[in-house]
Amino acid sequence: MARIQLNDVKKSYGDVNVLRDINLDIQDGEFIVLVGPSGCGKSTLLRMIAGLEPISGGDFMIDGERMNDVRPRDRDIAMVFQSYALYPHMDVARNMGFSMEIRGDAAEERKSKVAAAAETLGLSKLTNRLPKALSGGQRQRVAMGRAIIRDPRAFLFDEPLSNLDAALRVEMRLEIARLHQKLGATMIYVTHDQVEALTLADRIVVLEGGDIQQVGSPLELYERPANKFVAQFIGSPTMNVVPVEGGAGGITLAGSKLTLPHLGDTSAAVELGIRPEHIDVVAPDQGMLKAVADVVEHLGSDTNIYARVEGIGPMMVRVHGNIPARSGDLLGLNIQPLNAHIFAADGTALRRADAIAA
Amino acid sequence: MPAALRRSPAATVAKYAALLCYLVFALFPLYWLIKIAVTPDALVFTEGTQVIPSAVTLDNFRTVLLQTDFLSYFGNSLYVSLGTAAVTTLVAAAAGYAFSRFDFAGKKLLIAVMLITQMFPLLMIIAPIYKIISQVGMLNSLTSLIVVYTAFNIPFATFLMQSFFDGIPKDLEEAAMMDGSTRFQALYKVVFPLTLPGLGATLGFVFTAAWSELLFALMLISKNDAMTFPVGLLTFVSKFSVDWGQMMAAGVLALVPSCLFFIFIQRYLVQGLTSGAVKG
Repeated sequence: MARIQLNDVKKSYGDVNVLRDINLDIQDGEFIVLVGPSGCGKSTLLRMIAGLEPISGGDFMIDGERMNDVRPRDRDIAMVFQSYALYPHMDVARNMGFSMEIRGDAAEERKSKVAAAAETLGLSKLTNRLPKALSGGQRQRVAMGRAIIRDPRAFLFDEPLSNLDAALRVEMRLEIARLHQKLGATMIYVTHDQVEALTLADRIVVLEGGDIQQVGSPLELYERPANKFVAQFIGSPTMNVVPVEGGAGGITLAGSKLTLPHLGDTSAAVELGIRPEHIDVVAPDQGMLKAVADVVEHLGSDTNIYARVEGIGPMMVRVHGNIPARSGDLLGLNIQPLNAHIFAADGTALRRADAIAA
Repeated sequence: MPAALRRSPAATVAKYAALLCYLVFALFPLYWLIKIAVTPDALVFTEGTQVIPSAVTLDNFRTVLLQTDFLSYFGNSLYVSLGTAAVTTLVAAAAGYAFSRFDFAGKKLLIAVMLITQMFPLLMIIAPIYKIISQVGMLNSLTSLIVVYTAFNIPFATFLMQSFFDGIPKDLEEAAMMDGSTRFQALYKVVFPLTLPGLGATLGFVFTAAWSELLFALMLISKNDAMTFPVGLLTFVSKFSVDWGQMMAAGVLALVPSCLFFIFIQRYLVQGLTSGAVKG
């Protein structure tokens, strides 16, 4: 079990800065998800924590001990690779027990621990197989078993589910969540899939362009994104962002005035962000905005409407349940003011006055 | 639609006919070698180009084995070829691993120089090599052949090994290191078993190259007891005649180690050993 701290950690390749001043304090037993688009540096950060990639600057600490230059084998951290990285010439049991083999543990002890881990992961019948005789999900489990068996201080996951099909991904996601509950170990998980991030994380770290954009619980990121990038990255379907005119008493959107009491002074507003699920559909002549439904998707639980809004352009609206809208229908739209986000010219979100947001 | 996709019988026949032509073309010299070896001396010239000899004998083999220095040549060749294969593969594996996994100053230059060594015809450097070897007093020694062959084979063998190492995912070593191994343990326990096909291929390649090398052996070896087999074959050519039967019998016997070697390593040459390591 471990508390992991990163103080001003940097990574650069020559003159190229890949990660700048990363500060993170990960509590013992916390499940942290690093998320961001490809190339944001999230995998590099994970590999730096693992010790597979040298740290260019700053301090990396585990339980208060500086670990920058400690070899991976001495960090006592287990990692599950995106490619699984199973040893192809070893059977499942030997793959899982490899760390104990290296440590020189007795064969008896190794056997019982492997059997226990295989039991937990539902691999008991497969221990004699070679990796090539396993399905993707089974390989994934073996890779996890290899990590569990060591009882390490922390677990690292590098996009572990990205090679699985959708159904299996959901199943393995649950399994990882259960594993975390059971072991209570510190886990750091890298993904570009925001659903994985939102469902697994205690806290999410959003990375973009080598900087941390925001750190917070899934709900914090959803409800109070720090900037436009986080706002659009978290949440599916993506938040609508439309240009507005700022003003002291509210904003002007397609000729209509919208007061946003929870945001205080909105004179710096340049754009409005509103999630598709925070737009209400009303009768055509009653809404604040006039729109034409372009495409309507009936998903059963929800209805997605891709609308063309007069004076604004395309916006997406998600309504809970089934509504009888059809493509070509005229709609009135109302933005829920309390769920609106306002961005200044540099993309940062105007802070909510917290008393009202609560 | 499926009918259109199916090959017509004529195409199949043509395909096999082409294969057959190639096989006959490739194997005919081998057949001729064996044929002459088993033809009694008296018939070699009288029957000329007759495809199947009217009588068969093993006399040539008996003479070669019992009455010539063939066994000594054979032993020398075996020593030189195995020595070269072992040393070259060891060095090439180490170099190939370094090229595949590490970045170091001068890496590109080193690769370029190694490529350049492969561009010159060997004939060009026979004189300097002879001079060097005679200066250090290593003429007529089998060690000199091992040294020279090793030097010539290392560049190609290194590139070969590098490509095999490149084919092994880096993740595997990293996983082993996360599992607590040192780089050397990762190399020995994970990378090495997966490189066996590569090592086998390199060994086989270098062995056959050294086994059949004539030019340097001819230049550097003049004493009968240090002759390798290709040089020794020339002793069957005397001033007034060529003993074709014995020469061919010796040739047939010389094929044996190469064949055995390939039978031995061919199971390591089977591809797909790394399948299942990473996503399927």
